[in-house]
Amino acid sequence: MTLVLPDPEILCAELVKQLKPQVTADTALVGIHTGGVWLAERLHAALGISLPLGLLDISFYRDDFDKTGLHPQIKPTQITFDVDGRHIVLVDDVLYTGRTVRGAMNELFDYGRPASISLAVLIDRGGRELPVAAQYVGARLEIPQGRMLVLDRDEHGKLRLKFDA
Amino acid sequence: MKIHIKSGRLIDPKSKTDTLADVYIAAGNIAAIGQAPAGFKANRVIDATGLVVCPGLIDLSARLREPGFEYKATLESEMLAAVAGGVTSLACPPDTDPPLDEPGLVEMLKHRAKTLNLAHVYPIGALTVGLAGEQLTEMAELRDAGCVGFSHADVPLQDNQVLWRALQYAATFGFCVWLRPQDGYLAKDGVAHDGEVATRLGLPGIPAFAETIAIATVIEIMRATGARVHLCRLSTREGLGMVRAAKREGLALSCDVGIHHAHLSEMDLGYFDAHCHLQPPLRSGRDRDALREGLKDGTIDALCSDHTPVDEDSKLLPFGESEAGATGLELLLPLTLKWALEMKVPLVQALARVTLDPARVLGLDGGHLSAGHAADVCIFDPEQYHKVNAAELKSQGKNTPFLGIELPGRVRYTLVQGMIAYETASAK
Amino acid sequence: MRNPQLNDKGELQHLLTIEGLPRETLTHILDTATSFVGVTAREVKKVPLLRGKSVFNLFFENSTRTRTTFEIAAKRLSADVINLNIAVSSHTKGETLLDTVDNLSAMHADMFVVRHAQSGAPHLIARHVASHLHVVNAGDGRHAHPTQGLLDLYTIRHFKKDFTRLSVAIVGDVLHSRVARSLIHALTIMGTPDIRVIGPMTLIPAGVEKLGVSVFHDLKQGLRDVDVVVMLRLQSERMRGALLPSAQEFFKYYGLTPEKLALAKPDAIVMHPGPLNRGVEIDSAVADGSHAVILSQVTFGIAVRMAVMSILAGN
Repeated sequence: MTLVLPDPEILCAELVKQLKPQVTADTALVGIHTGGVWLAERLHAALGISLPLGLLDISFYRDDFDKTGLHPQIKPTQITFDVDGRHIVLVDDVLYTGRTVRGAMNELFDYGRPASISLAVLIDRGGRELPVAAQYVGARLEIPQGRMLVLDRDEHGKLRLKFDA
Repeated sequence: MKIHIKSGRLIDPKSKTDTLADVYIAAGNIAAIGQAPAGFKANRVIDATGLVVCPGLIDLSARLREPGFEYKATLESEMLAAVAGGVTSLACPPDTDPPLDEPGLVEMLKHRAKTLNLAHVYPIGALTVGLAGEQLTEMAELRDAGCVGFSHADVPLQDNQVLWRALQYAATFGFCVWLRPQDGYLAKDGVAHDGEVATRLGLPGIPAFAETIAIATVIEIMRATGARVHLCRLSTREGLGMVRAAKREGLALSCDVGIHHAHLSEMDLGYFDAHCHLQPPLRSGRDRDALREGLKDGTIDALCSDHTPVDEDSKLLPFGESEAGATGLELLLPLTLKWALEMKVPLVQALARVTLDPARVLGLDGGHLSAGHAADVCIFDPEQYHKVNAAELKSQGKNTPFLGIELPGRVRYTLVQGMIAYETASAK
Repeated sequence: MRNPQLNDKGELQHLLTIEGLPRETLTHILDTATSFVGVTAREVKKVPLLRGKSVFNLFFENSTRTRTTFEIAAKRLSADVINLNIAVSSHTKGETLLDTVDNLSAMHADMFVVRHAQSGAPHLIARHVASHLHVVNAGDGRHAHPTQGLLDLYTIRHFKKDFTRLSVAIVGDVLHSRVARSLIHALTIMGTPDIRVIGPMTLIPAGVEKLGVSVFHDLKQGLRDVDVVVMLRLQSERMRGALLPSAQEFFKYYGLTPEKLALAKPDAIVMHPGPLNRGVEIDSAVADGSHAVILSQVTFGIAVRMAVMSILAGN
């Protein structure tokens, strides 16, 4: 069965529309590596967010360390604003089991106590294993279990969705 | 018992024989070679087809660990190991506990060995009392009790005055002094050859000149005293050169090399393999190659096992804390054959290094197969390869760097004084 | 012979020595350490990676400093840490090394950090433990101190970036130094073209050139134009073992002073594994001066050890 994947550029614009009314001068945006960061960069620019973009690598907060070990490539985590009392929008490309978001929230709480965290994702593909929900969703898709949906970026910076296995 | 060894390949270094010939044994001696004596009726016929029949091996150094170190090994186990290895005579160093410095101890050892009725044991007596390096032992009394020579085992004899007097005294009676050439101060705390491997592994080293300095000292004193000396366990290329020159000069010097030093080098230490913790240490590849050549050209008189059983716990320690030594009686023949194959030395010449030549060093009329002489015989399969494994070793010491390695040669029968001391069925 | 540090998947199971490790493995450890530097710089210095895991510090040789850095590193990974100063416990009662290890393994250890006076002790332990256990060598005799070599490598990379253009001098008691050996292996693996050891003949081990270094006995010659100077600690015992006459003479000819340092490149960095012997191998002016990066080494040391433990625990 071939799935027709939506155009992330369109979905990104849709997210901007959803987020715009909620964004203030104090809102912080935090992208989860790697697809979430690409998306967050686009949102950060489009929404005109003043605080610097936060980057999160959740390798140290994953719950599958005993099974898969340490990830071979750890990207830089950069939170340069004060997390205490902050309204944060966490950004990721695909929401699936919810474990990545749980790790990201644990990591954010090691930086301070936010006033709130909301979640913006390009695709919600269902299959949740934890009670996690996204407040801002580009599109909902049914993806068969066992197939990995990922965000890709070409050399011009254009976003593209594809299957990875 | 009358024994007929049939259809074997007789190899006798003394007569330079390597031919198919039958051997007839009666009353503990070789009755005849080739043709049966008149009216000979064998009680036992050994079919030696495809096997080599050679003189029983003579090992110049095997530690039997009695008296004193029975937790490492006993006479029973080590003598069984000897005959399983085709060894019919062995010399044992004096570093037992107490050391062999009194005739009573020597007599007891000889008596114990005789009772077991396996290989012949030739004790080497202590050169100084308690091996303490101060007072001379009653060498003449010890000789009468059965010692074939006198040595200081691995204990450094640092006082050259004592060494000089000991060699003079031994020379008085024509006794041979067996010395391990290693300067005690230069070797202090060292556990490996002082070179690139010891540097990489961070192990304290024993420089090659710890051996050559000791050899130079011994040679000088030999010149002054006319003493007979046998150098034990040569390990350096330079040391070998000094022995060669001394022999050319006509000094009464003989020497041996241990089986491990004829095959292994410092590289075999690998990741701190305590089985390669030996004394003297395994040295460079160049040293090993020179020693292999020296054995071939006869500068080195004999190959010996330097059999040193060590209990397992003493090897399961960090390298520097582990006890030095390897078990070797059962590997003497296979490692001699391996050396011969690799160096392309004909068997009749190679086997001399573990039969006729060690006999000469011991001052014995042995190590040869001749009518009218003791029937000490080794019968082995030169074609059969066997993997060394701990469970099959008869020695209580399972400590060898060759565990798991396939070696050529398998002893099938060992006869001592015309009695079958060891036999094993064919593998196939 | 299989490298005893690798499991049958070719992953790092133990860290016993830097020797024989591929460049990619060293780079991976350094890159992971970079992330941990970030962690140690923030308020909450912990990550939950090793939560529920037990790290046993087996120190057969006393060292409060090294043991403390391993303890801090393990705790920052949320591991439980048990410190065993074997020098005073059952070891002296005659229990063998392996018996001690077996007893501790039975207490559900996940990782042993081992320091021992004998070269090769961690190798022996690694050969002996069950397959789920990891062994980190915290220094064995003269042989190796791999985490120190890695943190030295990290420090050099941090300040100098490109190993392939560097000239590094290691000065002092190379003969007895596991720090020197580990650093030499690390630098050669990373492609450092010019590694020098400098010291009196009595303190330079036989055949050291075979490790890929050039030997100098003259400090002034050896320091000329180097980018990195690593000073080794000189232990007082050396003055008693007929290796050196006195600390004073050693300092005069092999001690690092501002004048000697001036022979190196103007932007040269000065490193030292610590603790410092001021006035013996290094002058206070240099130790406290702008070229010295000694305190950075300590900070990086915690991150590097966190990286090593995480990588091993995950394999």
